[in-house]
Amino acid sequence: MTNSDRNRLKDKAFQVFGVFCTFIGLAVLAIFLIDILIDGLGRINWEFLNNLPSRRAHRAGIYTAWIGTLWILLLTTVIAFPLGISAGIYLEEYAKKSRMATILEINIANLAGVPSIIYGLLGLEIFVRLMALGGSLLAGALTLSLLILPIVIVTTREAIKAVPRSIREGSFALGASKWQTVWHQVLPASFGGILTGVILAMSRAVGEAAPLIVIGALAYVPFAPASPMDEFTVLPIQIFNWISRPQAAFATNAAAAIIVLLLITFILNGIAVYLRHKWQKRIKW
Amino acid sequence: MEPFRLRHVRLFAFTLISVLLLSGCGPQYSEDADFSLTGSISIDGSSTVYPITEAVAEEYRYHAPNVRTSIGVSGSGGGFKKFSRGEIDIANASRSIKEAEANDARANGITYLQLSVAYDGLTVVVHPGNDWVKEMTAAELKKIWEPEAQGKITRWNQIRPEWPDKELHLYGAGVESGTYDYFTEAIVGKSHSSRGDYTASEDDNVLVQGVSTDPYALGFFGFAYYEENKAKLKPVPINDEDDSNGAGAILPTIETVKDGTYAPLSRPLFIYINSVAARKQHVVDFLQFYFEQVPVLSQEVGYIPMPPENYREEQEKLAAFIAASASR
Repeated sequence: MTNSDRNRLKDKAFQVFGVFCTFIGLAVLAIFLIDILIDGLGRINWEFLNNLPSRRAHRAGIYTAWIGTLWILLLTTVIAFPLGISAGIYLEEYAKKSRMATILEINIANLAGVPSIIYGLLGLEIFVRLMALGGSLLAGALTLSLLILPIVIVTTREAIKAVPRSIREGSFALGASKWQTVWHQVLPASFGGILTGVILAMSRAVGEAAPLIVIGALAYVPFAPASPMDEFTVLPIQIFNWISRPQAAFATNAAAAIIVLLLITFILNGIAVYLRHKWQKRIKW
Repeated sequence: MEPFRLRHVRLFAFTLISVLLLSGCGPQYSEDADFSLTGSISIDGSSTVYPITEAVAEEYRYHAPNVRTSIGVSGSGGGFKKFSRGEIDIANASRSIKEAEANDARANGITYLQLSVAYDGLTVVVHPGNDWVKEMTAAELKKIWEPEAQGKITRWNQIRPEWPDKELHLYGAGVESGTYDYFTEAIVGKSHSSRGDYTASEDDNVLVQGVSTDPYALGFFGFAYYEENKAKLKPVPINDEDDSNGAGAILPTIETVKDGTYAPLSRPLFIYINSVAARKQHVVDFLQFYFEQVPVLSQEVGYIPMPPENYREEQEKLAAFIAASASR
């Protein structure tokens, strides 16, 4: 066997291994999806989406939970989007390579790894108690914004980094100021990537239960929130509550609610893919 | 390109608005519904008591549609923390308030009333294939669960020599739960003190899963979880070696928990009421409704109602508390 034969064999072996690894992930996901669909699909109907919480599994619905989840998503986007993108632009375009900037960078990277319940405790002290927002939608959205800010900042920076230097230099050469360059060249060119990051961060926020329970999100809310100051519940809390009930019928409800939550996540991811595609097509250098 | 996108936005907005409008269709009301009562009631605390209070709140929706009741599940401890800060009107609790929590409440000028709403029977279970355990005494349970047993009591034959020389696998409530506090108090004799080398979970369904698949398992959890999984579990009759409240080993059933012969693992579940809240008409109405309904509703959600005379007693305490709160 020659050396190149051996290398080719190694190459082949790694390819097989790679396919195997990919399929493990996919198989687990497929089993999970099929299992959930079998358990819950039959439970989803108009009443389920439209009913209030109930002790009787067949009458219980997720009306207030999905409305709460949509509220939380909307508010979290409104808060985290401008903050995260601005911070990303600052760090990538303006910040000088100083000690301070390095410390900031390390801290943001570390924040991305902090367990979500810690953000819940932080939110409880600052937003719920200090700012006296109570267990409101606004307090929940602020807490989740903190949670996803590091992700938004990091993806914004990556997207901005991917914009070629020549674009910036061309802009400067034509006499544009820094801000004009950022606003008219860098941001439009990187917006697809930024949006993808933001929406993936939202998909993470939509699945969180622990930090919201800590700040005082409720399990039984028989009214849909009408303003950001209202009390609320979200789908993950409802699912968590149902799955820990003794009656098996509630587990079916939980499976159905998981399908709805997955659907929301898939729609978000779909929007991310669509936007990325659209923005990338628009860029013509 | 532009008008096309606008149409999309309009379509989206139309769908959203129609969904919101359609979903706004409210529930039906009972005939004696009282629309004049308004206000909000915030309740938080134990997840064990949650199903009972949820059931009452659900029925109350038909009785007083304009009262907004909301219930959280931050656990007995979390609930008391909020209660002693005056942040909630009613606390659900699966244990009594602790000295430190009561002091906090006092420091914040909060007076309160504890009322029992139903019983739960902590059920000791083994795998259905376990043919050696016919009964256990409270003393044997103490021997298994006390802190000194850690790493020492690890085989079935260490409890009774005639039992097999097999590993003993323990499943029990997580240390943050009121269930854990109650079990350790009743069995070990000291609240919040037990061995640490057992499979702990705050979710009783996890414990059911564990015991039902492990032939050498011994576990404990709430009665409702045993009732719903009867086919997969074998309950252990418990002998408290005190024949004055039922002789011999006794199985948890609705009757034995209700009449107190299933000892020492029958436990009362509580609600705590803030006196400031007890001055509000809608809270008073809710609480009176609570005690009218809870004997039936607690059983419906898997708990054991108290004897009628106990409910009468709690109702009298409530009436006195409401009167005292109003005059203050």
